[in-house]
Amino acid sequence: MLCDVCGKNPATVHLTEIIDEQMNELHLCEECARHKSAAMEQQFGLSDLLAGMADFEKHPNKEEEAVAVKCPACGLSYADFKKIGRLGCGNCYNVFRKYLAPLLKRIHGSSQHIGKNPLQAKVSAAKPVKKKAGLAELKSQLQKAILAEAFEEAASLRDQIKELETKKEKE
Amino acid sequence: MQINDLINHTSEWLKGTGPHSDVVISSRIRLARNLNKFPFPHWASKVQLNGILEKCSQAMEKVDLLKDATWFILAELDSIDKQLLVERHLMSIEHTQKTEQKAVLVNNEENIAVMINEEDHLRIQLMQSGFNLFEAWEIINGIDDALAKLLDYAYLEDFGYLTACPTNTGTGMRGSVMLHLPALVMSRQIERVLAAIAKLSFTTRGLYGEGTQASGNFFQISNQVSLGHSENEIIENINGLIRQIIEQEAQARQIMLTKNKEILEDRINRSLGILKSARIITSQETIELLSMVRLGSDLGMIEDIDRRTINELFIITQPAHLQKIENVKLSSDQRDLKRAELIRKKLNLVS
Ligand SMILES: [Zn+2]
Ligand SMILES: [Zn+2]
Repeated sequence: MLCDVCGKNPATVHLTEIIDEQMNELHLCEECARHKSAAMEQQFGLSDLLAGMADFEKHPNKEEEAVAVKCPACGLSYADFKKIGRLGCGNCYNVFRKYLAPLLKRIHGSSQHIGKNPLQAKVSAAKPVKKKAGLAELKSQLQKAILAEAFEEAASLRDQIKELETKKEKE
Repeated sequence: MQINDLINHTSEWLKGTGPHSDVVISSRIRLARNLNKFPFPHWASKVQLNGILEKCSQAMEKVDLLKDATWFILAELDSIDKQLLVERHLMSIEHTQKTEQKAVLVNNEENIAVMINEEDHLRIQLMQSGFNLFEAWEIINGIDDALAKLLDYAYLEDFGYLTACPTNTGTGMRGSVMLHLPALVMSRQIERVLAAIAKLSFTTRGLYGEGTQASGNFFQISNQVSLGHSENEIIENINGLIRQIIEQEAQARQIMLTKNKEILEDRINRSLGILKSARIITSQETIELLSMVRLGSDLGMIEDIDRRTINELFIITQPAHLQKIENVKLSSDQRDLKRAELIRKKLNLVS
């Protein structure tokens, strides 16, 4: 088998690429494979992809407004973020919250963190303070648990929802 | 520990033990963490990077599990040393570039590695042999708790742990499992499996992450989503997927054993034969042949070579390891000679 790229040398490296859920098989000679992996490393920053995702195709006015916003803590502008695909500091998340929330939702399918938090660790083990999830969050978790047939988890979620709802009624 | 000690040492995760270690090489969890009030590394000044390094290293000296660990300052290492750390999976290729104020902390067992000033201020990694993500999570969670008491992490209630790249925001967690799937590859079922994985928002990479090259039938599978699920949920999701892949690989192996036993035996023993007698061998060919020998060992067709020896050979035949062992810079052609020599020595010694 000859190399797919140069067609001259025997193909010794076989790789599978997945681009947009499309699988491609590539058979390359060692030389072309080296070029290829160098090119992939450059891309690896994901920045192009992210920069593309952060575009506001539908709201050109909104984009202009967004691009000018700067994080006062680190000086990174939203235009910078679009260019490099990286935020400048933690505070950028506060400053660009309005634009980042939909972006995070597109990347992760959610913009609400569920999971551990650093305060938990700071409080002594005797008094674990767990941040309670909101009602809407619990309900969506319940839905997921039922779909996944995780009935034990579903039952515990149902109890938590009940507890929250009765609390709300009292308020 | 010195960098030269690494080559005479077997990383904990290479031992070839742990659940399902016939199919799963290793399980890895990494957490991305950043400090409040400091810009992310790519946006920070030299003075700020120094401050980050200092704060992080002071905190880590107080963590019990990191007490015996060794610091490697990237700017002080030559290119072979840096590559050696990458080949041992102790740090990323990205960490070898622009090395100012970058460091990596490695414990004696080599199952814990913490990169400072990579893409995020802290990248904490835990590697386990075999299929063992929950155990890895328990240990790394403890380290993270200890560090959270000493450091002020960048965190928001809604977005979770804040990271330089929004693809890591939330838990900042990436769980990866390294799989050896020769039977699925040989029976041409791997395409179907990989396509299914891609649809489920998991990523598949090769032996060394980044460049997607999956050589020698090794595949590293990890979660893409880090926000909106708890750490336990993320691990359960990966585990569910991995369990299915393990099952499919086991079935494919079984079918090959019943239908094509002679062909399989032939391929495995030829691979071992080449490794035991070759005089010149590339790293690519080594990985492919070792993959077959590992399968032979897993199936009981090769009895005198254990998994650990095979796992070790994958690592010590890499370019930087060869040059470290020989203690001299080698060209690619010279490496192919030395590699063949080293493999012959190791394999003929055990049998
Ligand atoms: Zn070519
Ligand atoms: Zn900022």
